[in-house]
Amino acid sequence: MTVGGWRPGRVVEAVAATPSARILRVQVPGWPGNDAGQHVDIRLTAEDGYQAVRSYSIGSYGTSETIELAVDEIPEGEVSPYLVEDVQPGDELEVKGPLGGYFVWRPGGEAPVQLIAGGSGIVPLMAMVRAATDVGAAGSVRLLYSVRTPRDAIYRDELARRGDDGGVAVTWRYTREAPAGWADRVGRLDEAAIRSAAWDPGREPIVYVCGPTGFVEHVADALVALGHPPARIRTERFGGA
Amino acid sequence: MAVVSRGFGARRRESDPRLPPGQYLTDDFPVLSAGPTPRIEQDEWRFAVRTEGGQTASWTWDEFMALPIEDVHTDIHCVTRWSKLETSWRGVSVDTLLDSVDTDAEYAMAHSYGGYTTNVPLEDLRGGKAWVAFEFEGEPLDPEHGGPARLLVPHLYFWKSAKWVRGLTLMPDDEPGFWEQNGYNMHGDPWTEERYW
Repeated sequence: MTVGGWRPGRVVEAVAATPSARILRVQVPGWPGNDAGQHVDIRLTAEDGYQAVRSYSIGSYGTSETIELAVDEIPEGEVSPYLVEDVQPGDELEVKGPLGGYFVWRPGGEAPVQLIAGGSGIVPLMAMVRAATDVGAAGSVRLLYSVRTPRDAIYRDELARRGDDGGVAVTWRYTREAPAGWADRVGRLDEAAIRSAAWDPGREPIVYVCGPTGFVEHVADALVALGHPPARIRTERFGGA
Repeated sequence: MAVVSRGFGARRRESDPRLPPGQYLTDDFPVLSAGPTPRIEQDEWRFAVRTEGGQTASWTWDEFMALPIEDVHTDIHCVTRWSKLETSWRGVSVDTLLDSVDTDAEYAMAHSYGGYTTNVPLEDLRGGKAWVAFEFEGEPLDPEHGGPARLLVPHLYFWKSAKWVRGLTLMPDDEPGFWEQNGYNMHGDPWTEERYW
Protein backbone atom coordinates (compact mmCIF):
# COMPACT_ATOMS: atom_id res chain seq x y z
CA MET A 1 0.00 0.00 0.00
CA THR A 2 1.42 3.39 -0.90
CA VAL A 3 1.20 6.18 1.61
CA GLY A 4 -0.02 8.92 -0.69
CA GLY A 5 -0.27 12.58 0.21
CA TRP A 6 -1.43 14.62 3.15
CA ARG A 7 -5.05 14.12 4.24
CA PRO A 8 -6.95 16.78 6.17
CA GLY A 9 -7.97 15.63 9.64
CA ARG A 10 -10.27 17.12 12.26
CA VAL A 11 -9.81 16.68 15.98
CA VAL A 12 -13.07 15.26 17.32
CA GLU A 13 -12.06 14.55 20.90
CA ALA A 14 -9.23 15.60 23.23
CA VAL A 15 -9.03 13.98 26.65
CA ALA A 16 -6.40 14.37 29.38
CA ALA A 17 -4.62 11.03 29.93
CA THR A 18 -1.90 12.00 32.43
CA PRO A 19 -0.67 15.35 33.80
CA SER A 20 1.47 15.68 30.65
CA ALA A 21 -0.36 13.67 27.97
CA ARG A 22 -3.58 13.84 26.03
CA ILE A 23 -5.49 11.34 23.95
CA LEU A 24 -6.67 12.85 20.65
CA ARG A 25 -9.19 11.32 18.30
CA VAL A 26 -8.80 12.60 14.78
CA GLN A 27 -11.27 12.02 11.99
CA VAL A 28 -9.48 11.54 8.67
CA PRO A 29 -11.83 11.19 5.69
CA GLY A 30 -10.47 8.58 3.31
CA TRP A 31 -8.12 7.04 5.90
CA PRO A 32 -7.26 3.59 4.48
CA GLY A 33 -7.10 1.92 7.89
CA ASN A 34 -4.00 0.81 9.78
CA ASP A 35 -2.42 -2.20 11.44
CA ALA A 36 -1.74 -2.21 15.16
CA GLY A 37 1.65 -0.61 15.83
CA GLN A 38 1.88 1.76 12.86
CA HIS A 39 2.46 5.51 13.08
CA VAL A 40 1.52 8.71 11.26
CA ASP A 41 3.11 11.99 10.36
CA ILE A 42 1.15 14.98 11.65
CA ARG A 43 1.57 18.32 9.88
CA LEU A 44 0.58 21.61 11.47
CA THR A 45 0.35 24.85 9.51
CA ALA A 46 0.29 28.29 11.13
CA GLU A 47 -1.75 31.24 9.81
CA ASP A 48 1.35 32.61 8.05
CA GLY A 49 2.16 29.31 6.34
CA TYR A 50 4.87 28.10 8.74
CA GLN A 51 4.75 24.30 9.02
CA ALA A 52 6.07 21.62 11.33
CA VAL A 53 5.80 17.83 11.03
CA ARG A 54 6.24 15.13 13.68
CA SER A 55 5.62 11.39 13.84
CA TYR A 56 3.22 9.83 16.36
CA SER A 57 2.25 6.24 17.03
CA ILE A 58 -1.39 5.29 16.53
CA GLY A 59 -3.23 3.85 19.53
CA SER A 60 -6.09 2.53 17.40
CA TYR A 61 -6.14 -0.03 14.61
CA GLY A 62 -8.49 -1.27 11.92
CA THR A 63 -10.66 0.31 9.27
CA SER A 64 -12.15 3.26 11.18
CA GLU A 65 -11.59 6.71 9.67
CA THR A 66 -11.15 8.07 13.20
CA ILE A 67 -7.66 7.38 14.53
CA GLU A 68 -6.46 7.75 18.08
CA LEU A 69 -3.19 9.37 19.10
CA ALA A 70 -1.81 9.77 22.62
CA VAL A 71 0.69 12.59 22.80
CA ASP A 72 3.08 13.21 25.69
CA GLU A 73 4.28 16.79 26.00
CA ILE A 74 7.98 17.47 25.51
CA PRO A 75 8.50 20.73 27.45
CA GLU A 76 10.95 22.21 24.95
CA GLY A 77 9.01 20.91 21.94
CA GLU A 78 7.05 22.96 19.45
CA VAL A 79 4.42 20.46 18.29
CA SER A 80 3.62 18.33 21.35
CA PRO A 81 2.78 21.34 23.59
CA TYR A 82 0.27 22.47 20.95
CA LEU A 83 -1.31 19.01 20.73
CA VAL A 84 -1.42 18.57 24.53
CA GLU A 85 -2.38 22.08 25.65
CA ASP A 86 -3.88 24.03 22.79
CA VAL A 87 -5.68 21.96 20.18
CA GLN A 88 -9.45 21.66 20.64
CA PRO A 89 -12.21 19.55 19.06
CA GLY A 90 -13.00 21.05 15.68
CA ASP A 91 -9.43 22.13 14.97
CA GLU A 92 -7.75 20.89 11.81
CA LEU A 93 -4.41 19.34 11.03
CA GLU A 94 -2.99 17.07 8.33
CA VAL A 95 -2.17 13.39 8.46
CA LYS A 96 0.07 11.18 6.33
CA GLY A 97 0.14 7.43 6.70
CA PRO A 98 -0.15 4.79 7.90
CA LEU A 99 3.63 4.41 8.17
CA GLY A 100 5.93 1.56 9.10
CA GLY A 101 5.56 -2.09 8.17
CA TYR A 102 7.74 -3.82 10.78
CA PHE A 103 6.71 -2.78 14.29
CA VAL A 104 3.22 -4.13 13.66
CA TRP A 105 1.10 -6.95 15.00
CA ARG A 106 -1.35 -8.77 12.74
CA PRO A 107 -3.68 -11.59 13.73
CA GLY A 108 -2.80 -15.14 12.78
CA GLY A 109 0.59 -15.79 14.38
CA GLU A 110 0.98 -18.87 16.56
CA ALA A 111 3.59 -17.47 18.94
CA PRO A 112 2.76 -15.78 22.23
CA VAL A 113 3.29 -12.02 22.29
CA GLN A 114 5.17 -10.05 24.91
CA LEU A 115 4.67 -6.29 24.98
CA ILE A 116 7.02 -4.10 27.03
CA ALA A 117 6.30 -0.37 27.26
CA GLY A 118 8.09 2.51 28.90
CA GLY A 119 6.05 5.68 29.50
CA SER A 120 4.26 6.90 26.38
CA GLY A 121 5.74 3.89 24.52
CA ILE A 122 2.45 2.24 25.46
CA VAL A 123 0.64 3.84 22.49
CA PRO A 124 1.45 1.40 19.62
CA LEU A 125 1.32 -1.50 22.10
CA MET A 126 -2.18 -0.40 23.17
CA ALA A 127 -3.26 -0.83 19.56
CA MET A 128 -1.87 -4.38 19.74
CA VAL A 129 -3.69 -5.07 23.04
CA ARG A 130 -6.95 -3.94 21.46
CA ALA A 131 -6.39 -5.83 18.21
CA ALA A 132 -5.45 -9.08 19.95
CA THR A 133 -8.43 -8.83 22.30
CA ASP A 134 -10.82 -8.29 19.43
CA VAL A 135 -9.73 -11.52 17.70
CA GLY A 136 -9.81 -13.53 20.91
CA ALA A 137 -6.03 -13.74 21.26
CA ALA A 138 -5.72 -11.77 24.53
CA GLY A 139 -4.70 -14.93 26.41
CA SER A 140 -1.49 -15.20 24.40
CA VAL A 141 -0.50 -11.56 25.01
CA ARG A 142 1.24 -10.18 28.08
CA LEU A 143 2.05 -6.54 28.76
CA LEU A 144 4.78 -5.24 31.04
CA TYR A 145 4.33 -1.48 31.49
CA SER A 146 6.95 0.68 33.20
CA VAL A 147 5.92 4.16 34.40
CA ARG A 148 7.38 6.63 36.85
CA THR A 149 4.26 6.88 39.00
CA PRO A 150 0.66 5.62 38.73
CA ARG A 151 -0.38 9.08 37.51
CA ASP A 152 1.95 8.76 34.49
CA ALA A 153 0.21 5.70 33.05
CA ILE A 154 -1.61 6.47 29.82
CA TYR A 155 -4.58 4.07 29.38
CA ARG A 156 -4.43 3.06 33.06
CA ASP A 157 -8.19 2.62 33.45
CA GLU A 158 -8.71 0.81 30.17
CA LEU A 159 -5.86 -1.61 30.88
CA ALA A 160 -7.20 -2.32 34.38
CA ARG A 161 -10.71 -2.92 33.02
CA ARG A 162 -9.47 -5.21 30.25
CA GLY A 163 -7.35 -7.14 32.75
CA ASP A 164 -10.36 -7.60 35.07
CA ASP A 165 -12.44 -8.83 32.13
CA GLY A 166 -9.96 -11.62 31.35
CA GLY A 167 -8.15 -9.62 28.70
CA VAL A 168 -4.45 -9.00 28.25
CA ALA A 169 -2.59 -9.51 31.53
CA VAL A 170 -0.71 -6.41 32.67
CA THR A 171 2.28 -6.31 34.98
CA TRP A 172 3.07 -2.80 36.22
CA ARG A 173 6.50 -1.51 37.06
CA TYR A 174 6.86 1.77 38.92
CA THR A 175 10.25 3.43 38.70
CA ARG A 176 9.76 6.33 41.17
CA GLU A 177 6.57 5.97 43.17
CA ALA A 178 4.10 3.09 43.52
CA PRO A 179 0.47 3.04 44.66
CA ALA A 180 -0.14 2.66 48.41
CA GLY A 181 0.36 -0.91 49.53
CA TRP A 182 2.43 -1.90 46.48
CA ALA A 183 4.36 -5.07 47.34
CA ASP A 184 6.86 -5.23 44.46
CA ARG A 185 10.12 -3.36 44.25
CA VAL A 186 10.06 0.21 42.93
CA GLY A 187 12.80 1.07 40.44
CA ARG A 188 14.16 0.55 36.99
CA LEU A 189 12.96 -2.50 35.09
CA ASP A 190 15.64 -5.16 35.54
CA GLU A 191 16.35 -8.66 34.30
CA ALA A 192 14.66 -10.30 37.29
CA ALA A 193 11.47 -8.31 36.77
CA ILE A 194 11.41 -9.12 33.07
CA ARG A 195 12.05 -12.81 33.75
CA SER A 196 9.16 -13.05 36.19
CA ALA A 197 6.65 -11.05 34.11
CA ALA A 198 7.46 -12.00 30.53
CA TRP A 199 6.88 -15.13 28.48
CA ASP A 200 9.77 -17.53 28.86
CA PRO A 201 12.15 -17.59 25.88
CA GLY A 202 11.35 -21.32 25.56
CA ARG A 203 7.83 -20.37 24.46
CA GLU A 204 9.42 -18.51 21.55
CA PRO A 205 7.42 -15.32 21.99
CA ILE A 206 7.69 -12.38 19.69
CA VAL A 207 8.58 -9.36 21.82
CA TYR A 208 7.68 -5.73 21.09
CA VAL A 209 9.51 -3.05 23.09
CA CYS A 210 8.63 0.65 22.82
CA GLY A 211 9.74 3.63 24.86
CA PRO A 212 12.51 6.20 25.23
CA THR A 213 15.88 5.22 23.77
CA GLY A 214 17.56 4.46 27.10
CA PHE A 215 14.65 2.28 28.21
CA VAL A 216 14.54 0.31 24.97
CA GLU A 217 18.32 -0.21 24.85
CA HIS A 218 18.28 -1.46 28.45
CA VAL A 219 15.26 -3.76 28.02
CA ALA A 220 16.43 -5.18 24.68
CA ASP A 221 19.85 -5.97 26.15
CA ALA A 222 18.18 -7.66 29.14
CA LEU A 223 15.95 -9.72 26.83
CA VAL A 224 18.97 -10.92 24.84
CA ALA A 225 20.75 -11.78 28.12
CA LEU A 226 17.69 -13.81 29.18
CA GLY A 227 17.91 -15.87 26.01
CA HIS A 228 15.41 -14.20 23.69
CA PRO A 229 16.78 -14.38 20.11
CA PRO A 230 17.49 -10.84 18.80
CA ALA A 231 15.51 -11.59 15.64
CA ARG A 232 12.34 -12.04 17.76
CA ILE A 233 12.72 -8.69 19.52
CA ARG A 234 11.18 -5.73 17.69
CA THR A 235 11.93 -2.28 19.01
CA GLU A 236 10.66 1.24 18.53
CA ARG A 237 12.69 3.97 20.18
CA PHE A 238 11.85 7.60 20.55
CA GLY A 239 13.87 10.37 22.02
CA GLY A 240 15.63 13.53 21.16
CA ALA A 241 13.75 16.68 20.43
CA MET B 1 -2.87 24.78 1.24
CA ALA B 2 -6.24 25.16 2.91
CA VAL B 3 -5.71 23.43 6.24
CA VAL B 4 -4.55 25.83 8.97
CA SER B 5 -4.20 24.59 12.53
CA ARG B 6 -5.81 27.29 14.64
CA GLY B 7 -3.40 28.90 17.08
CA PHE B 8 -0.37 26.87 16.00
CA GLY B 9 3.04 28.48 15.59
CA ALA B 10 3.73 30.27 18.87
CA ARG B 11 6.69 28.06 19.79
CA ARG B 12 8.23 27.76 16.32
CA ARG B 13 11.87 26.90 15.82
CA GLU B 14 14.47 28.73 13.82
CA SER B 15 14.62 27.61 10.25
CA ASP B 16 17.93 26.99 8.53
CA PRO B 17 18.70 26.74 4.80
CA ARG B 18 20.67 23.57 5.51
CA LEU B 19 17.48 21.88 6.66
CA PRO B 20 15.70 19.78 4.01
CA PRO B 21 11.90 20.14 3.73
CA GLY B 22 9.87 18.67 6.58
CA GLN B 23 12.86 18.31 8.93
CA TYR B 24 13.59 19.93 12.30
CA LEU B 25 16.91 20.59 14.01
CA THR B 26 18.10 18.60 16.99
CA ASP B 27 21.25 18.78 19.07
CA ASP B 28 20.69 15.24 20.34
CA PHE B 29 21.59 12.08 18.47
CA PRO B 30 18.39 9.99 18.53
CA VAL B 31 18.62 6.23 18.03
CA LEU B 32 16.42 4.29 15.63
CA SER B 33 16.89 0.56 15.29
CA ALA B 34 14.46 -2.25 14.55
CA GLY B 35 15.85 -4.57 17.23
CA PRO B 36 18.44 -4.99 19.96
CA THR B 37 21.88 -3.43 19.53
CA PRO B 38 24.46 -6.04 18.39
CA ARG B 39 27.75 -5.99 20.32
CA ILE B 40 30.62 -6.72 17.94
CA GLU B 41 34.23 -6.79 19.15
CA GLN B 42 36.91 -5.29 16.91
CA ASP B 43 38.85 -8.57 16.79
CA GLU B 44 35.82 -10.45 15.41
CA TRP B 45 34.81 -7.64 13.03
CA ARG B 46 35.29 -8.17 9.28
CA PHE B 47 34.27 -6.07 6.30
CA ALA B 48 33.82 -7.59 2.85
CA VAL B 49 32.90 -6.38 -0.63
CA ARG B 50 31.48 -9.08 -2.90
CA THR B 51 30.94 -8.44 -6.61
CA GLU B 52 28.17 -9.69 -8.86
CA GLY B 53 30.70 -12.20 -10.21
CA GLY B 54 31.55 -13.56 -6.77
CA GLN B 55 34.92 -11.83 -6.32
CA THR B 56 35.46 -10.88 -2.68
CA ALA B 57 37.75 -8.40 -0.94
CA SER B 58 37.76 -8.40 2.84
CA TRP B 59 39.48 -6.66 5.72
CA THR B 60 40.09 -7.33 9.39
CA TRP B 61 39.88 -4.37 11.78
CA ASP B 62 43.66 -3.86 11.70
CA GLU B 63 43.77 -4.11 7.90
CA PHE B 64 40.90 -1.64 7.69
CA MET B 65 42.71 0.84 9.96
CA ALA B 66 45.71 0.67 7.61
CA LEU B 67 43.61 2.05 4.73
CA PRO B 68 43.55 5.80 4.02
CA ILE B 69 41.30 7.43 6.62
CA GLU B 70 39.32 10.59 5.91
CA ASP B 71 37.76 13.26 8.12
CA VAL B 72 34.15 13.93 7.21
CA HIS B 73 32.14 16.98 8.29
CA THR B 74 28.52 16.74 7.29
CA ASP B 75 24.84 17.28 8.15
CA ILE B 76 22.69 14.20 8.70
CA HIS B 77 18.95 13.76 8.13
CA CYS B 78 16.69 11.04 9.56
CA VAL B 79 13.41 10.09 7.88
CA THR B 80 11.73 10.43 11.30
CA ARG B 81 12.18 14.19 10.72
CA TRP B 82 15.23 15.17 12.79
CA SER B 83 18.36 16.64 11.26
CA LYS B 84 21.69 17.26 12.95
CA LEU B 85 24.09 19.81 11.50
CA GLU B 86 27.89 19.86 11.37
CA THR B 87 28.65 16.37 12.63
CA SER B 88 32.23 15.03 12.47
CA TRP B 89 33.22 11.53 11.50
CA ARG B 90 36.32 9.55 10.53
CA GLY B 91 36.21 6.62 8.18
CA VAL B 92 37.36 4.96 4.99
CA SER B 93 35.88 6.16 1.71
CA VAL B 94 33.76 3.57 -0.12
CA ASP B 95 35.77 4.59 -3.24
CA THR B 96 38.85 3.10 -1.56
CA LEU B 97 37.01 -0.14 -0.79
CA LEU B 98 35.59 -0.47 -4.30
CA ASP B 99 39.07 0.03 -5.79
CA SER B 100 39.86 -3.51 -4.60
CA VAL B 101 37.35 -5.18 -6.93
CA ASP B 102 36.29 -5.21 -10.59
CA THR B 103 32.59 -4.66 -11.09
CA ASP B 104 30.00 -3.49 -13.59
CA ALA B 105 27.27 -3.52 -10.95
CA GLU B 106 25.05 -0.48 -10.49
CA TYR B 107 23.63 -1.17 -7.03
CA ALA B 108 24.84 -2.35 -3.65
CA MET B 109 23.17 -4.05 -0.71
CA ALA B 110 24.74 -3.12 2.60
CA HIS B 111 24.66 -5.99 5.11
CA SER B 112 24.96 -5.54 8.86
CA TYR B 113 25.68 -7.63 11.91
CA GLY B 114 22.24 -8.41 13.30
CA GLY B 115 20.74 -8.94 9.85
CA TYR B 116 19.87 -5.40 8.78
CA THR B 117 20.15 -4.60 5.07
CA THR B 118 19.72 -1.50 2.94
CA ASN B 119 20.09 -0.92 -0.81
CA VAL B 120 22.00 2.01 -2.30
CA PRO B 121 22.85 2.78 -5.95
CA LEU B 122 26.60 2.67 -6.50
CA GLU B 123 26.53 6.19 -7.91
CA ASP B 124 25.45 7.31 -4.42
CA LEU B 125 28.38 5.45 -2.86
CA ARG B 126 31.11 6.61 -5.26
CA GLY B 127 32.75 9.97 -5.81
CA GLY B 128 33.54 10.91 -2.22
CA LYS B 129 29.91 10.62 -1.08
CA ALA B 130 30.05 7.62 1.25
CA TRP B 131 32.28 6.13 3.95
CA VAL B 132 32.54 3.26 6.39
CA ALA B 133 32.88 5.34 9.56
CA PHE B 134 34.19 4.22 12.93
CA GLU B 135 34.59 7.50 14.81
CA PHE B 136 32.02 10.15 15.74
CA GLU B 137 33.00 13.52 17.24
CA GLY B 138 36.49 12.24 18.02
CA GLU B 139 35.36 9.10 19.88
CA PRO B 140 34.95 5.47 18.81
CA LEU B 141 31.42 5.02 17.47
CA ASP B 142 29.04 3.79 20.22
CA PRO B 143 27.32 0.44 19.58
CA GLU B 144 23.88 2.09 19.73
CA HIS B 145 24.95 4.41 16.92
CA GLY B 146 26.38 1.55 14.85
CA GLY B 147 29.83 0.83 16.22
CA PRO B 148 32.32 -0.62 15.60
CA ALA B 149 31.57 0.80 12.13
CA ARG B 150 28.62 2.04 10.14
CA LEU B 151 28.04 3.07 6.58
CA LEU B 152 27.86 6.87 6.26
CA VAL B 153 25.90 8.15 3.23
CA PRO B 154 24.93 11.56 4.55
CA HIS B 155 23.27 12.91 1.40
CA LEU B 156 20.54 10.24 1.79
CA TYR B 157 18.15 9.70 4.74
CA PHE B 158 20.08 8.12 7.55
CA TRP B 159 18.47 4.66 7.40
CA LYS B 160 20.73 4.17 4.35
CA SER B 161 23.77 4.66 6.63
CA ALA B 162 23.61 1.07 7.88
CA LYS B 163 24.76 0.57 11.47
CA TRP B 164 27.06 -2.36 12.39
CA VAL B 165 27.90 -2.73 8.70
CA ARG B 166 29.88 -5.81 7.71
CA GLY B 167 29.87 -5.66 3.94
CA LEU B 168 28.56 -4.59 0.57
CA THR B 169 27.14 -7.00 -2.00
CA LEU B 170 27.23 -5.49 -5.49
CA MET B 171 24.22 -6.14 -7.72
CA PRO B 172 23.31 -5.51 -11.37
CA ASP B 173 19.70 -4.67 -10.39
CA ASP B 174 18.16 -2.80 -7.48
CA GLU B 175 16.56 -4.85 -4.70
CA PRO B 176 14.83 -3.62 -1.54
CA GLY B 177 16.61 -3.88 1.82
CA PHE B 178 14.97 -4.09 5.25
CA TRP B 179 13.14 -0.75 5.55
CA GLU B 180 12.66 -0.63 1.80
CA GLN B 181 10.53 -3.78 2.21
CA ASN B 182 8.73 -2.21 5.16
CA GLY B 183 7.41 1.03 3.75
CA TYR B 184 10.41 3.21 2.97
CA ASN B 185 11.65 4.58 -0.33
CA MET B 186 14.17 2.72 -2.52
CA HIS B 187 16.43 5.80 -2.80
CA GLY B 188 15.84 8.23 0.09
CA ASP B 189 16.89 11.73 -1.03
CA PRO B 190 15.95 14.13 1.81
CA TRP B 191 15.87 17.19 -0.47
CA THR B 192 13.06 15.70 -2.59
CA GLU B 193 11.48 13.97 0.43
CA GLU B 194 11.86 10.43 -0.88
CA ARG B 195 10.53 9.05 2.41
CA TYR B 196 7.91 6.39 1.85
CA TRP B 197 6.39 4.12 -0.80
